Amino acid sequence: MSVVEAPPTQLETTERSPGRSLGSFLRDSEIDTRMVGMIAVLVVIWIGFHIISGGTFLTPRNLWNLSVQTSTVGIMATGMVLVIVSRNIDLSVGSMVGVVGMVMALLQAEILPDIVGRGTAWMWIVVLAIGLVLGGLIGAFQGVMIGYVGVPSFIVTLGGLLVWRGFAWLTASGRTIAPMDSTFQLLGGGSRGSLGEAGSWIVGGVACLGIIAFLMSGRRRRRKFGFRLRPMWLDATLGVLGCGFVLTAVWVTNSYYLPENLARAVAEERGIPWPEGGLLIPLGIPYPVLILIAVTLVMAFVANRLRFGRYIFSIGGNPDAANLAGINTRRTIVKTFMVMGILAAISAAVSIARLNAAVSGLGTLSELYVIAAAVIGGTSLSGGIGTVSGAVLGALVMQSLQSGMVLVGVDAPLQDVVVGIVLVTAVAIDTIYRRRTAHR
Amino acid sequence: MTGSTNNPATDQVPLVEMRNMSVSFGGVHAVNDVSIYLQPSEILGVVGGNGAGKSTLIKTLSGAQKADSGQIYVNGEPVTINTPRDAKALGIETIYQTLALADNIDAPGNMFLGRELLTRTKTLDDSAMEDATRRIMGRLNPKFQNFKSPVSSLSGGQRQSVAIARAVHFNARILIMDEPTAALGPAETEQVRELIRQLKREGIGIILISHDIHDVFDLSDRISVMLQGKLVGTVSRGEATMDEILAMIIIGKLPGEVTRSELAELHG
Repeated sequence: MSVVEAPPTQLETTERSPGRSLGSFLRDSEIDTRMVGMIAVLVVIWIGFHIISGGTFLTPRNLWNLSVQTSTVGIMATGMVLVIVSRNIDLSVGSMVGVVGMVMALLQAEILPDIVGRGTAWMWIVVLAIGLVLGGLIGAFQGVMIGYVGVPSFIVTLGGLLVWRGFAWLTASGRTIAPMDSTFQLLGGGSRGSLGEAGSWIVGGVACLGIIAFLMSGRRRRRKFGFRLRPMWLDATLGVLGCGFVLTAVWVTNSYYLPENLARAVAEERGIPWPEGGLLIPLGIPYPVLILIAVTLVMAFVANRLRFGRYIFSIGGNPDAANLAGINTRRTIVKTFMVMGILAAISAAVSIARLNAAVSGLGTLSELYVIAAAVIGGTSLSGGIGTVSGAVLGALVMQSLQSGMVLVGVDAPLQDVVVGIVLVTAVAIDTIYRRRTAHR
Repeated sequence: MTGSTNNPATDQVPLVEMRNMSVSFGGVHAVNDVSIYLQPSEILGVVGGNGAGKSTLIKTLSGAQKADSGQIYVNGEPVTINTPRDAKALGIETIYQTLALADNIDAPGNMFLGRELLTRTKTLDDSAMEDATRRIMGRLNPKFQNFKSPVSSLSGGQRQSVAIARAVHFNARILIMDEPTAALGPAETEQVRELIRQLKREGIGIILISHDIHDVFDLSDRISVMLQGKLVGTVSRGEATMDEILAMIIIGKLPGEVTRSELAELHG
């Protein structure tokens, strides 16, 4: 995250007096205060809904569903951050979901079964691969129009919003395409699309090791060059907090059990006699959430550790400077939109798998939720500023609000009012915060 | 057309030579058949009023603008410069008036923009870049300590330091500076001037562009004056007074051609 938001490390000795403020401590520790603030907001929302709903919000079942519902928007938000950071916008993601979802559905429900037979084990991966390629091609095509032809991204993707939605209808003449391949369905979560108890604990354990390795490699790199190290106790605290969060999340997903009728079916399948007290089969981490986590890690890596990501940020900060530095800005823009297209395809796969069907209206309006998630997550529409993790957190905040309001029984029109107000308020607070911290 | 002093000295191959450069924008001759050259350890001032064409001329050398005609030679070899990358590969570094910094990125990120240091796994080596930036800043501007904030939070002088550090770090042989002190206070200006002298001693050829003759008069070994896209002439230090160069800038006459009354008129 060093690109945009790492607070400065001030080494001046005057700052190092014993009675220094919390602010300068946070700056030294390179903790992202905006991210901490967002997590605090999320905690407030969760606890608030938990109290108002009479204790039904913070339950394994609700949190499990919340995480699955966040994944489709979250996956796309990780790419929208980069698009917006590069001073562009992509209004076509919802329609891309529609057309790519429809093509993938047609492939597995109508085209491929005639060729290779229904239920072929590897069909899902072929369908997914074709979908990703199609998404990438659509994104790259829009990127070429923007980067090389020079049509503003707002116009290109506004056109794309209409064109791809039209194609989503045309490819199947508006029919609903179902059912999906049984393996493909697992991508959507659902009762079978989860890792299960043991698998979830293994993933959690690996994640913990990853957090520790990340913190240690950071210390090693800084020591190698003789830079000042973060205090050991702080790194240790971050490690404990990170691992604690991961293991708690795994525990929550493992505390949500298969509903009784499905558990009975599983028991029958495996030939287990139905026990007296019922059978508790933990679901564990749902696959769509696993996909979201993987996408987030990959995209954060791309944004912060690869030249490609650095170039996107430099274009957003100063396009002329990027050009004069010898960066191929046009190609970078094409690649950015291509990544966005691929992410829309992943999101489409999760959506049709979850629905077990594709409709021509799939993904309608999701471009607005994706953009809102990125913006709530601290992405600046003027470009140059934003983080992948912030966007995912933004998606989670929005989904929490919507799920919470449904749970509490708020009317649908009022839900939109609240989400709209939250969007504007979040950006207002962020703008004021930025203005204050800019002139330190 | 070009003054007699504009021909390269016969005993030395120039570091860079631009011959008969022309650039036009839709019928307007921004640069019209201009020839200049630069020797190692030499400071060439390029002066002229707004719209004289000095920035456009120099952009053809830094790769930011394609020339319509003309030929550039580096160390006597003809070269083609189409992009900033081409220029950098030839050891030509440019510090633009706007500094060309990405405001949202920190100093090391800007210093290595487009030329990032990578680890063995092809990821950005931020620590190595910070280390290199600390080293070069230790030499150029020891007071500079802010290696982690976006450069938008730095002062004008600090931003200038980053731009200069970027230019000299990559072993520039030819350094182009467009209005290098225009945005600086007196102390920072003196700092930059001292740095220019230091780089000259290290054998780097420097082209200073300015609209103000006072900025470059005592630094430059030679001064080329442009007016309305054309080269009025090039004079060596000591060949012309500041007033005479002012006359070249404003009325386009060489020191020998200008009359006493015209000189007097310049002072109103």
